[in-house]
Amino acid sequence: MARSNKPILWLPFAAGGLVAALIIPVLILITGLLMPLGILPLPYEKMAAFAHNPLGKLILFGAVALPAWHAAHRLRMTAHDLGFGDGVAVKVIWYGAAWVLIAITAWALILV
Amino acid sequence: MSRRPYIRKVKRSWWLARRRYVVYMVRELTSLFVGLYCALLVVGLLRLAEGRAAWDGFLAALSSPLGVLFQLVCLAFAAYHSVTWFALTPKAMPLAVRGEPVPAKAIVGVHYGAWAVVSLIVLIAAGI
Amino acid sequence: MSENVTLEILRYRPEVDSEPHFQTYTIPYEEDWVVLDGLNHIKDHVDATLSYRWSCHMAICGSCGMMINGEPKLACHAFLRDYRHDVIRIEPLDHFPIERDLVIVMDSFIEKLSSVKPYVIANQTKPLSEGENLQTPLQLMAFKQYTLCINCLLCYAACPQCALNESFVGPAALALAHRYNLDSRDDGKEQRAEVVASNEGIWECTFVGACSEVCPKHVDPAAAIQQTKISASLDWFKAWLLPGAHQ
Repeated sequence: MARSNKPILWLPFAAGGLVAALIIPVLILITGLLMPLGILPLPYEKMAAFAHNPLGKLILFGAVALPAWHAAHRLRMTAHDLGFGDGVAVKVIWYGAAWVLIAITAWALILV
Repeated sequence: MSRRPYIRKVKRSWWLARRRYVVYMVRELTSLFVGLYCALLVVGLLRLAEGRAAWDGFLAALSSPLGVLFQLVCLAFAAYHSVTWFALTPKAMPLAVRGEPVPAKAIVGVHYGAWAVVSLIVLIAAGI
Repeated sequence: MSENVTLEILRYRPEVDSEPHFQTYTIPYEEDWVVLDGLNHIKDHVDATLSYRWSCHMAICGSCGMMINGEPKLACHAFLRDYRHDVIRIEPLDHFPIERDLVIVMDSFIEKLSSVKPYVIANQTKPLSEGENLQTPLQLMAFKQYTLCINCLLCYAACPQCALNESFVGPAALALAHRYNLDSRDDGKEQRAEVVASNEGIWECTFVGACSEVCPKHVDPAAAIQQTKISASLDWFKAWLLPGAHQ
């Protein structure tokens, strides 16, 4: 037995859990209900302006990357609970998916 | 007399055997929908970077019946994640002020307060 | 008017059985009986071959843990009147090998318990002439809850991670490590971390919380483990930022 390096996976998981809990529901409320109903149109100019702003980029990155990591880590642990083990394949699939999402997010925010 | 300890096998369906384990699985499954919605947001950011036409197309897809249905399912799971996360926080971070333990309800209450404040700020920023 | 209760008990005698199997018994229903009283009745009057552990009959020794209708419970703490109209199914505690009938092999737990160094580890030994260690009520309150464990193993039986991984150190051992880490007289957190903060320690836990739900003494091992995750992560981060610095 030796000291585990799990904290490097767990700390962002914990942070992502809190961020997800605080911000994801209202985001879904907006994009899934208020926008389709026409109450919040989310016009391109307004969204692009927010995403052009460095602070806006940081907020968008945090709001997407941290919950994505949280989901990836949790689904890795759940895969183990469901009998899929905890081997290299499981880790590559879930953390790989998270890294892909994070990378695309960063890239999109740089491009926008 | 010789010993021959018997080892009972664990079934793959162990989590279906009792209600508390099913509830646990549903709680963990909330992360699947949080993750899927994040993927949706990532697509949105890409469309935003592509320009107005792409962004409008994205909004149209979100407004489709399937888009709304999917997002409402995500909303249910995301809200359940919030509720369960806040409920568990006092266990992980018990607070004591001058030796007196802060009641769990207070810690949970602060989180609900923060949830309301953050939601309000986002709604205002989005133009409500 | 005499009433009866039916007990279905998992039997296993290695010298004659290839596999465990259920055996049905009928016991009298008494308003004030617990399941343990039923077992004792069987042993004394019906079938002397039934084997099980018990001692205090008052939920303090931790001996009589078993699965009662699929739920880990102390047999002395489960009243017949709560199972009034059910057939009561009794099996040995989950996630442990069966030694015989309702007796489990608990050697692995004993090893895990000693591995977390469950005793006060002080950096400096105080000479007797300096007197005893002093502790304020507040300092005691910080860890008192975690001293209440009676090693009954109900938490191990409830925990799915114990089911999925035999080497998981487990709720009771980790709660006890937390008890000592929080004790003002103790300096042993670093030494315990070798086991506690290993992959088979706190990191195997996914906060199912079943352990705390079944604990008869309200120790709340789940809380102990989550608090340890935060403290171990901060220690890990500090060590990463300042390599070579020892607490």
